[in-house]
Amino acid sequence: MTERLRSDVAIVGGGIVGASAALALRRMGLSVTLLERDFCGSRSSGVNYGGVRRQGRSLVQLPLTQRAHGIWARLPELIGIDAEYIRCGHLKIARSEADMASLAAYRDRSRGFGMDLQLLAASTLRERFAWLGERAVGGSLCPQDGHANPRLVSPAFARAAARLGADVREQTRVDELAHDGKDFVLLTATGVELRSRFLLNCAGAWAATIAEHFGEAVPMVPAHPVMAVTEPLPMFMNLSLGVEGGGIYARQAPRGNCVIGGSRGFALDAERARPSRDAITLVLRGTVELLPRLRHAHIIRSWSGTEGYLPDHEPVIGPSAKQPGLFHGFGFAGAGFQLGPAVGEVLAELVQGGASSTPLAAFSISRFSPVPAPATST
Amino acid sequence: MSGALQPVIVGAGPAGIRAAQTLVRHGLRPVLLDEASKAGGQIYRQPPDGFRRSGKALYGFEAGRAASVHAAMSAIQDGVDYRPETLVWNAEGGQLDLLQRSQTTTLAYSHLIVATGATDRVLPFAGWTTAGVYSLGGAQVALKFQGGSVGERVVFMGTGPLLYLVAYQYAKAGAKVLAVLDSARLGDQMAALPALLQQPAVLAKGLYYVGWLRSHGVPLHGGVRPLRALGQERVTAMEWRDDAGEHRLDCDAIAFGYGLRSETQLADILGCRFAFDALQRAWLPVRDGAGRSSVSGVYLAGDGAGILGADAAEWAGERAALALLADAGVPLDGESAARAVTLERKLARQRHLRIGLERAFPLPPDWAAQASDELVICRCEEVTAGDLRATVKATGATEINRLKALSRVGMGRCQGRMCAAAAAEILAQCTAQAIEQTGRLRAQAPVKPIPFALAEPKEPL
Amino acid sequence: MSQSVTGQALFRRLNETVRERIRFTLDGQAVHALQGDTIMTAILTQQSHLRHSEFGATARAGFCLMGACQDCWVDSESGERYRACSTLLLPGMRLLTQAEPKA
Repeated sequence: MTERLRSDVAIVGGGIVGASAALALRRMGLSVTLLERDFCGSRSSGVNYGGVRRQGRSLVQLPLTQRAHGIWARLPELIGIDAEYIRCGHLKIARSEADMASLAAYRDRSRGFGMDLQLLAASTLRERFAWLGERAVGGSLCPQDGHANPRLVSPAFARAAARLGADVREQTRVDELAHDGKDFVLLTATGVELRSRFLLNCAGAWAATIAEHFGEAVPMVPAHPVMAVTEPLPMFMNLSLGVEGGGIYARQAPRGNCVIGGSRGFALDAERARPSRDAITLVLRGTVELLPRLRHAHIIRSWSGTEGYLPDHEPVIGPSAKQPGLFHGFGFAGAGFQLGPAVGEVLAELVQGGASSTPLAAFSISRFSPVPAPATST
Repeated sequence: MSGALQPVIVGAGPAGIRAAQTLVRHGLRPVLLDEASKAGGQIYRQPPDGFRRSGKALYGFEAGRAASVHAAMSAIQDGVDYRPETLVWNAEGGQLDLLQRSQTTTLAYSHLIVATGATDRVLPFAGWTTAGVYSLGGAQVALKFQGGSVGERVVFMGTGPLLYLVAYQYAKAGAKVLAVLDSARLGDQMAALPALLQQPAVLAKGLYYVGWLRSHGVPLHGGVRPLRALGQERVTAMEWRDDAGEHRLDCDAIAFGYGLRSETQLADILGCRFAFDALQRAWLPVRDGAGRSSVSGVYLAGDGAGILGADAAEWAGERAALALLADAGVPLDGESAARAVTLERKLARQRHLRIGLERAFPLPPDWAAQASDELVICRCEEVTAGDLRATVKATGATEINRLKALSRVGMGRCQGRMCAAAAAEILAQCTAQAIEQTGRLRAQAPVKPIPFALAEPKEPL
Repeated sequence: MSQSVTGQALFRRLNETVRERIRFTLDGQAVHALQGDTIMTAILTQQSHLRHSEFGATARAGFCLMGACQDCWVDSESGERYRACSTLLLPGMRLLTQAEPKA
């Protein structure tokens, strides 16, 4: 051991969840050591589509997404940069009347969470967004949703935490972790021994290993959303686009590149992923259909990442069911970017006071525990 | 990988052509993929139909080699499945993704020879993105492929044998060559003389070009540090410094370069292992003496896996094909086995001889330290040296892919072909790391831009 | 940008000048080049830019001439894009090189 550390909280994983938890904990005055295997925000948090979106989330996520929306409003103040974050609106396209009905139903169910969803008819779409292809029969607009550059946002949370005094250790893989009855003890590949009262499992797509280590396996599987980007184009897309029922999603970054996501890639190894040719082909086809204006544009680059998916596509957020002092925040099924800063605050609340003001029951890790066998006479 | 033998060669320069010739000679019918419309690569690029210059006029001292390579291609034309104007943009699961005339297809292979060649290695100078500034290779293409000059009054700059070759070719073709500005010093060449004497043909050619330029009144300067190209809409002058002070030459074109850099994106996507080559100051896919990469069934030949020159590319193409045949279980006679040994010996010698050339024409050692903050590094995204340094300062980035994510360097259309070397130098210098510690820029599919148009449905919706 | 600020040619023809003329349209003007010219040669023997950089709007005229630098993409009136250095000019092409204003 070359270095012995001690802090109130140890965080494994320096993505947007872990980093914003570190930031929130520091504001509460707790000491934090964050261990990141690579560079903070270099994985899923940094390579996702960049949508900062509330619309379309499950009802159980709405309190959390609303809380996150409030945090995103203060982004430059929190992380020191604007990270290309804009609230241009998110439009979910309907391709059929059934889709429109579905969007209308969602609007009704989601009232009260400040999303201010507007159902738009086809004629309105033609009028306001002439660049949309003919396939859209209508859509649902969330005017204050938007997008940002994840490559800039996520590392910036880690830097903000470090500026406030969090000990952020990059390229520091955790090799062993355990609880010795008193403390969590983490040993890193770089010769650090870290002891802490609390442990936050924010290890993203790799968090199941930690959960299982403490006796609570979860059926999380990795998947690899694919992203492609065009050359810089004259600005025309003044909102972020999604499709009801699935398909591609697209946004135009302030510098003019269109980022288009959709379909799935494959894992190169345990840590890296790559777009498959099928995914790239699907993105090419889906884009031309939805955005005919791009038919002469080019894809100049594509990428993928690794996300963790639980069967119900809801994350695990909350205390461990087995190990006191351990709290989980992972498994966001490709939709964690907008939620991340709120999850960080929630985790900090849980550490500090054992409870959060945001409802978390739907995200409990216990939902994966086997149902206890009914008591029988032994 | 299919069970049947289906060899594919990517690249139809000297390496790809000799590889194809070797496979055909042993009874195989390889697919030969070529991004260009005619075979020959860059050095032996053939002009479009209807152009009339002789081989001597086009290729000078290399006319004999060019003729031999082109003849080899002609001879095997029916024996190969030659696909010109075909870009390989991705590889996955034993298949290549091809783009040909706005159509994508896949091509399965059992064995693959990657012969993707090289481009100029450039180190930016102020004003290098101005219209009228070209790479040395680019200037040579204008002449060889189009019968033209990149300007009326051209300044040649940088270092390396190509600098003198292209300047000579331009002057000989009747262009006005205002000066040759070499960043290397006479002392570098003197120090390299013992090594250069081991390759007398190369040395003789170099001396010939220098002598010819001199005797035709072209000023030759050494120890040059480029300062800036002047001009807004187009180049109007070049300023530089040498031991005698600062100078300026009015000109309307500048052609520059510092040797060559390998096109390694496909090797990266194929999963080949890379290692840092200190002599070439570049990450290169690892190959054994025969050209086998770290991936079974994938072979690397020619400048696409390390700069050894055109003659070595021919040897490497042939050698890789022989390795492919042996690995595929095709019986090889004693002559082929002996030939393989000879080729490996020639290649090993060529690697040794490169040391002399690098010594004679070294990269400017303090380029990064001298680069001003205003200097544009990434010409696609207009990211400056100052942007890189500020990003490093603000974020603590120490690795090139991280720097790319945070500063956008290398995020443009060219995927870092033009800027990665310079960006790595800047990163190394401002983080006080050795260049190899800054990491290797990862290739991403498509390796060159592919159009959405190819996905257009054929029937109306 | 209403007029070409770079009326003078960049590239010069040194030889191979005996070739068939082909007509094309450049920024709305009827011009001609020679059979076998790339789009790059065809344009740069008339003026000194192919396009303008998206960031800074500076004139660009290609760089590597071998399909690597991706700096020579030229638009046509109907929206197609061509890599000028590696695409032969075809008769009747209608090409645009003036900067398109970003909205």
